[in-house]
Amino acid sequence: MSDDLTRATAADLAGRIASGDVSSVEVTQAHLDRMTAVEPAVHAFLHVDGERALAAAAEVDRARAAGETLGPLAGVPVALKDVLTYAGAPTTAGSKVLQGWVPPYDATVTRRMLDAGLVILGKTNLDEFAMGSSTENSAYGPTHNPWDLDRIPGGSGGGSAAALAAFEAPLAIGTDTGGSIRQPASVTGTVGIKPTYGGTSRYGLVALASSLDQPGPCARTVLDAALLHAVIGGHDPLDSTSADAPVPDVVGAARSGDVRGMKIGIVRELGGEGYAPGVEQRFREAVDVLSGLGAEIVEVSCPSFTYALPAYYLILPSEASSNLAKFDGMRFGLRAGDDGSHDAEEVMGLTREAGFGAEVKRRIILGTYALSSGYYDAYYGQAQKVRTLVTRDFEAAFAQVDVLVSPSTPTTAFRLGEKVDDPLAMYLNDLCTIPSNLAGNASASFPVGLAPEDGLPVGLQVMAPPLADDRLYRVGSALERALEERWGGPLLAQAPELVLRPELVEGGPQ
Amino acid sequence: MTTTAPDLVLDYDDAVARFDPALGLEVHVELNTASKMFCGCSTVFGAEPNTQVCPTCLGLPGSLPVVNAKAVESAIRIGLALNCSIAGWCRFARKNYFYPDQPKNYQISQYDEPIAYDGWAEVEVPDDEGVLRTYRIEIERAHMEEDTGKSLHVGGATGRIHGADHSLLDYNRSGVPLIEIVTRPIEGAGKYAPAVARAYVAMLRDLLRSLGVSDVRMEQGSLRCDANVSLRPTPESPLGTRTETKNVNSLRSVERAIRFEIGRQAAVLTDGRRVKQETRHWQEGPGTTSSGRSKEQAEEYRYFPDPDLVPVAPSREWVEELRASLPEAPVKRLRRLSSAWGFSEAELRDVVASGAVDLVAATVDAGTTPQAARKWWLGELTRRANADGVELEQLPVGPAEVAQLQGLVDAGTLNDKLAREVLEGVLAGEGSPSEVVEKRGLAVVSDDGALGAAVDEAIAANPGVADKIRAGKVQAAGALIGAVMKSMGGKADAGRVRELVLERLT
Repeated sequence: MSDDLTRATAADLAGRIASGDVSSVEVTQAHLDRMTAVEPAVHAFLHVDGERALAAAAEVDRARAAGETLGPLAGVPVALKDVLTYAGAPTTAGSKVLQGWVPPYDATVTRRMLDAGLVILGKTNLDEFAMGSSTENSAYGPTHNPWDLDRIPGGSGGGSAAALAAFEAPLAIGTDTGGSIRQPASVTGTVGIKPTYGGTSRYGLVALASSLDQPGPCARTVLDAALLHAVIGGHDPLDSTSADAPVPDVVGAARSGDVRGMKIGIVRELGGEGYAPGVEQRFREAVDVLSGLGAEIVEVSCPSFTYALPAYYLILPSEASSNLAKFDGMRFGLRAGDDGSHDAEEVMGLTREAGFGAEVKRRIILGTYALSSGYYDAYYGQAQKVRTLVTRDFEAAFAQVDVLVSPSTPTTAFRLGEKVDDPLAMYLNDLCTIPSNLAGNASASFPVGLAPEDGLPVGLQVMAPPLADDRLYRVGSALERALEERWGGPLLAQAPELVLRPELVEGGPQ
Repeated sequence: MTTTAPDLVLDYDDAVARFDPALGLEVHVELNTASKMFCGCSTVFGAEPNTQVCPTCLGLPGSLPVVNAKAVESAIRIGLALNCSIAGWCRFARKNYFYPDQPKNYQISQYDEPIAYDGWAEVEVPDDEGVLRTYRIEIERAHMEEDTGKSLHVGGATGRIHGADHSLLDYNRSGVPLIEIVTRPIEGAGKYAPAVARAYVAMLRDLLRSLGVSDVRMEQGSLRCDANVSLRPTPESPLGTRTETKNVNSLRSVERAIRFEIGRQAAVLTDGRRVKQETRHWQEGPGTTSSGRSKEQAEEYRYFPDPDLVPVAPSREWVEELRASLPEAPVKRLRRLSSAWGFSEAELRDVVASGAVDLVAATVDAGTTPQAARKWWLGELTRRANADGVELEQLPVGPAEVAQLQGLVDAGTLNDKLAREVLEGVLAGEGSPSEVVEKRGLAVVSDDGALGAAVDEAIAANPGVADKIRAGKVQAAGALIGAVMKSMGGKADAGRVRELVLERLT
C-alpha cells in the first residue's frame, strides 16, 4: 500500500484524495515512511518536519470532509529546495553561514503551495547557495543519485531531483540559475521545468544571481509538473521583475501532447563533440519520435551560444558577490569571532571565512573582481553584451521555429568526487542549459531513456520563447506518451531498487 | 581615540583675499512618503527602534525591493522644480560597501542614470552694501536612493564607536526614500561662498517645503548637507583638492563649516602643505571640522544595475502633468509678494530670514495690511517663539487669529498695549482674540461718561499741569492722558481722552 502511494503520480494522488479513496494523512505518512527507509542512503533532505506535514495533511482531510472545494493538488506532498523560505522551518541554502536561521516569512512560491493545500514535507539539499552542478558543495554533505548511489544527482537542485527519483516525494520545487532544475532532472530521469524569467516569483528565494534565478516545478511526469507550475506561477507584486501576464495554459498543453505541425529546431551549437555517445544517441532517437508524431525538424544555428558559458560565469559571480554581501554575521545566521576582541569588520570577515565554502568564496572573489572599477567594462559589461547577443540568437531562431531542442547535459551523471577538484570541468555540465537563463526564456528537461554505455538517464532539453511555457509541455507530454509506450512504463520503473549499504546508512543525514 | 593638535586656521578675510574658494554641495532629502522606498513599512520619525521593519528593509535573505511610485513622483517634482531634465528611462544601481547599519551591505541608489539631471537654481545674497546679488547654481543631478539604518554605540564616553562596549542597530530608517541633489562646482562667489551655500540650502528647504515632498527638518536629519570645499590661488587656476564635510544639519552650520574649512585649508596652503582629500566631520560646539576617512584613493563601490528592480520609465505625459501641477516657485512667489506688499528690501529680507513668508501672506489674505502682518509676526510672535524655542508655525496662534487681533486694533476696540495682552490670552489658550477681550474685559473705554469723570479727576489731581495747558502749552496734555490711562488700567481710548482734556482746558 505504502509503496503504491509513493509511486503514484501527483495527479493520481490528488484525484484519490479528492474522492476520499485515500486521505492526505495516509499519503503523507507513506512518503515519510519511505524517507525513513531511504534517506540514510540518498540524503535528499536537509530538514523534515513530519509533524507539521501531517498536521497540514489532516487539515486538507478535514476540509475535504467538510465539503470544501479543494485545489487540483490539495493534499499532495511536495519537497521544497532549501533556498526558498518557509516560515518557521530552517532555511540554510546549503550553507553553514545560515545554519539555524529560521525565516519569519514564506516565499511567494511556498505561500501559493500552502494556499493550494499542498503538504510541504521538508527542505531538500543543494549546492551551497545553489552554486554547483553536483550537490557536492552542500555544507551538509552530498546527495546521492538513486540510480547509482556512487553518482551525483545533479546540481544544484540534486536534493529535489533525488527526492523524486527515490520516491520520497511526488513533487518538488527547484530553482534554476544556469540549469539547476534541468540538469538534475536530466541525470535522475525526472521532469524539470525552468519557467520564463518572471513567470514564477523570486520573493523568498535566497538570491544567487537575481537576473538569472527562477523557481520551477520538478516532477516525475509532465502533467504533474504542469499542475504544480499552475499553482506557483503568475504575477507577484512583491517581485518587481515578475511578469505581469497570465500563466500560459500549461495543464492544457500537458494533456494535449500534440506536436503535429510544430516546428522544432535543433541547435547546431549544442551538440557534436564533447557529448557522450549515449546522450547523443538518445537525443537523436527522441527527435525522431517527435518527427514521427508530426513535428517538423530543422537545424538552426545560434552562434553566440559559444560565448554563453564564459558570459554566464562573469554575470553570475558578479551578482552573487553583491547578493551574498548580506551574510555578514550581523543580523542572522552564523556569527564568528564575537568574543569581544574583534571589531565589526573583523567579525564580518571571520564569519565569512567560517561560513562560506570554497566554491562560494571562489565566485565571490571572481564577481568582486569583475565588478571592480577598471575591469567592469572588460568583464561584466562585455558579458552583458554577449547576453544581448544570445537573446538575439534566440529571437532569430524562434522566428523560424516553435521550440528548440538539445541534450540537457553533455553526459550522464558522473561519479561523486570525480570533478570536485576541477571547477572548470564542472561548469561545462551547464553548457546546454545556460543560454536560456541568459535570455530569460522558458525551458525544460524531459527523460528520453538510458545511455546504453552506463544505463543512466538522459534528458532532452526543450526551449521555448518567453511566456510560451505551454509549448514545453506539449513537446514533453508527446514524448512522454510515445516513450512510455516503448518502455512499457515510466523510465523510473527501470531504476534499480535502492541498495542501502551500511556505510551510507551510518553516515546518513545530519 | 587619538588626539590631534588643533588645526591652524587663517583669518577668514585673509584667507579669501589669498584664495578663491569653490564649493560643491550634496544635499540629502528624506522624502515624507507614507511608506519606504522599496517596501510598505512606515516612515514615521521617532518610533521605538526596529518597530518599522520588514524582511525587505532588513535585507533578509529572499526579500526583494519594489519601487515606491510616490517616491518616484516626488523625485520628478523636485527635479522639475530645479529646472532639471527628467530621464525617460533610468535604473537603480547597487552601491556595494560594508557597514553594519546597512542591511544588504549595498545601498540601492542611482549611479550613472539619475532620474533628474542638468538643472539650475538661483539664490540671492546681500553684499557688504546690502545689495542683493544673484548667484546661479548649476544642478548636476538629483537621484533616488534609500537611507541606511542607525548605529548607537553604547558604553563609551563619546557615543562614537571607539571605546564603546557594544553597538545597537535601529533599522527604522533603513529604506526611507532619499533624494540626493548634487551641484556642479559653485564658483565665483568669492568671500560670499559660505553665505551662498547657506542661501542655497535655505532655498532648497523652502522649495521642498512648498512642494510638500519632505518635512525638511534639518535637526531631525530629513535635510542634510555634505559640503565640498576647495581653494585655488585665483579664479583662473584649476580647482584645488577638496574636502567633504559630512552631514551638516543646520543653515547656520553650513555657513560656519564652510567658513572654517576655507580658513583651515588656507592655513595649510599658506604653510606650503597639501590639502588632504578626505571626509571631515563638523563639530557644532567648537565650530570646527575634524578629519575622518581618507579619500585619497577612489572608493570602490562596484556599482552595477540592480537586477532585482525593473527600470523606471516615467511617461512624457506624466512628467508634463507633474510639471503643470508644480506650485509657484518660492523665489518667484517672493518677488510677486514683495511688490504687492510694498516692502523695502530690508523688510522683505527680515521676513524671509524669519521663515515667516507664508504666515505673513496668510495673514494678509485674512484681511490685514502687509505692514501690520509683518509687525506681529516679526515682533511679538518671533520674540515669543524664540523664548519658547519653537518655530513660528508651532505657536498656538495662526494667521486668522492675528488678522482678527489687528482688526480689533483697527476698529479702535484695542490699543497696542491691550492688543498685546489679548495676544497673551490667545497664546495661553483662552480662545480667539474677541473671546479673550470678552473674558478679560480688555476693550478700550471710549464712553464719554466714564472717560469724563476720569479726566476731571486727573485735572483735579494735577493742577500745575492743567494751568500749563490753560496757558497754551498743549503738549503738556500727555501727562494728563497718562494719568487717565493709569487710573483706567490702560483701557482708555487715548484719542478721546486727549479731546476731552483739551475741551475742558482750552
